[in-house]
Amino acid sequence: MKMPERSVVERRIVFLLLVLAVALPIIFPLGLKTQSTPLTEQVYDLVNSLPAGVPVIISFDYDPSTITELQPMAEAVIEHAWKKGHKIIATAMWPQGPQVAEMAFKDVQARMEKQNPSVKKHIYGEDFINLGYKPGGLVTIQGMGRSMEAIFPTDTSGLKYAEIPMLKPVRTLKDIRYVISLSAGDPGLRDWIMTANGKFNVPVAGGTTAVSAPGFLPYVNDQKQLHGLMGGLKAAAEYELLLGYEGTASLGMNPQSVAHILILAFILFGNIRAWKKRKADKLAQEARHG
Amino acid sequence: MADIMTTVGIWLAAFFTLSIFSFLYKDNPFYKFAEQVFVGLSAAYWLVYTIYNILIPNLFDKLFTDFAGNWVLLIPMLLGIMMLLRMFTKLQWLSRYPLALMVGTSAAMSMLLSFKSDFVEQMAATMINPFKFASAVDVVGSIMVIAGTLCGVFFFYFSKKQEGFYKVPSKIGIWFLMVSFGASFGYTVMARISLLIGRLDFLLRDWLHIIK
Amino acid sequence: MKRNLPLIVAFVSGVVILIAGFIPRDPFPRIESTLIDWFMIISSFAILLGQASLLRMNVIRVAEKAPNWQYYLAGIISFGLMLAFGLLWGMEKTPGLLGQGQGIVSQLGVKPFDYLFENAFIPLSSTMFSLLAFYIASAAYRAFIIRNFESNLLMLTAVIVMLGRTSFAPMLTGWIPDSLGWLRLPELTNFIMQYPNTAAQRAILISAALGIVGASLRIILGIERSYLGGGK
Repeated sequence: MKMPERSVVERRIVFLLLVLAVALPIIFPLGLKTQSTPLTEQVYDLVNSLPAGVPVIISFDYDPSTITELQPMAEAVIEHAWKKGHKIIATAMWPQGPQVAEMAFKDVQARMEKQNPSVKKHIYGEDFINLGYKPGGLVTIQGMGRSMEAIFPTDTSGLKYAEIPMLKPVRTLKDIRYVISLSAGDPGLRDWIMTANGKFNVPVAGGTTAVSAPGFLPYVNDQKQLHGLMGGLKAAAEYELLLGYEGTASLGMNPQSVAHILILAFILFGNIRAWKKRKADKLAQEARHG
Repeated sequence: MADIMTTVGIWLAAFFTLSIFSFLYKDNPFYKFAEQVFVGLSAAYWLVYTIYNILIPNLFDKLFTDFAGNWVLLIPMLLGIMMLLRMFTKLQWLSRYPLALMVGTSAAMSMLLSFKSDFVEQMAATMINPFKFASAVDVVGSIMVIAGTLCGVFFFYFSKKQEGFYKVPSKIGIWFLMVSFGASFGYTVMARISLLIGRLDFLLRDWLHIIK
Repeated sequence: MKRNLPLIVAFVSGVVILIAGFIPRDPFPRIESTLIDWFMIISSFAILLGQASLLRMNVIRVAEKAPNWQYYLAGIISFGLMLAFGLLWGMEKTPGLLGQGQGIVSQLGVKPFDYLFENAFIPLSSTMFSLLAFYIASAAYRAFIIRNFESNLLMLTAVIVMLGRTSFAPMLTGWIPDSLGWLRLPELTNFIMQYPNTAAQRAILISAALGIVGASLRIILGIERSYLGGGK
């Protein structure tokens, strides 16, 4: 049997170590605690500052590929909004958005009932509604600014906009008290910032994958283009901490932390190896010319 | 029956998960099969949602229930059909009209909106008084924001060759960009690891029941 | 003519949107609303076009028995199944051609479309992207080598951010006194993200915005024509 090349063996060892670094802390949690940061606290404060009964939009602009990072954020924000009595309107700029929204609503209701069996059962059409997926990004959001009913003539079940009780006070996007976009890319949070906040002055906050988070920080400024930003699994864990429960994101921080240390170790070993190779090459060159 | 199907579903999910992971060892028939199934499911999903979430409520429902009030929607429907003709070589030229309409509309809209939010508002956000802060850390940080933004924008100015003194702000801009790329790399590692955590959690909890 | 008329369409639609942005008086807002409604409908047909093209390509590969044609057949079958389930019984609250499918829901627990979504689509989609974790680990070992001052800066920032965004961070630097509190990893990470990172990203945003304005004007004025494709 032909032995695989050294680089292939090394790569497989790296993969195996990564699996162990992630799997072992999942099986044996280290009990690590997380601290909240100002960016997540800003989102929390925005939701917390508004009274019961206000209509809000949570836009599910992601697909299952980023569900690990964004679904815990969605569930935390939904739970917070429900506890505050806000009326949640779910929209989606990505086609898988409506389905992940349904999953989030179901899971949050189930968790709230498990924590407190006498908790209020949130009613579809009165406490939350799923208006479904619309393409077009900022063009569609601009349309929402003129008429919500024109963009969403029905909800996902076929109920006419005018027949939905909680949507009666919502004629345009300007009637919405805040928009939280959970976004994995384009279209997503940037479109909400540019249109909902830029054109219609609706407060916008966001949750993004960690990859995109650094690029959105310029919008967190005195102009309040963005009222805080949740970036990645850690931010989801922070929001869970602020709400006082330990969900999937908080548990995920155990393997996350160990894996980060492993990646840093890989970078260190890689650099040591490269430095040794450079030194050996230099000596060999000197020997040849010496 | 529903319970059995739930268990079958978990095993199906585990099969697909392990098929994709098998690519890490080497390309193989399981991975190829799973990849094409993903492509097929993804395409069909998008098609079904497009029909039920857009074409029916925003077009066909309106035309069938109130044609007199919505006859003008026949125009985008016709433009949409012209878009579909892109599949036929001889009729491809017809698809240029709906494309031009979409491109013109979105170009103008994104120009206006991004100029306001990404240029004017960002410039306003940079015009801060760094000495209004009580903490020295915030003062230094605010000065860095002003200097870093100006030098970064200077770096991207390619209309004139940057030589002599003009290299200095460009160099500083590069340093700020390197710090930003380092931060982005750190966050990217965080994002990628998170994705793996989700899958391993499913395999260990829902499939193998190693974790309760 | 076949290229000039579409350019005029792009020009007119672009100019109407630009004017509507500054003059909120009739008829511009109404024309803008109409264009927005039409945009969504035409986008849907563009999505249809994409799916139809994909299906056609796969069918051709299977018909011509191209290499790996069996896998493309699997793709076509999965496409057909998902489409049929979606059209016949709908998904979640949305009814299909055969209604809400109570019978089949009692057997499966959920609608067939949702069953495939939860047990096939989600695992496939998530796992496909989770492979990136392995690639970044492999790249960290082989490719992230410090060579000069700029790469040093990049790597140092990456190390601080990667450590600062873990739950170990408070433990590693908790011993630092309050007077130098900004050197603690979580605070240092927040500082890097809030100030130098924001500065650089802002510079990129401003420069990109100017680029978008330039590119959009070129499209509206007909200087940029690549979206029309080749041919006469």
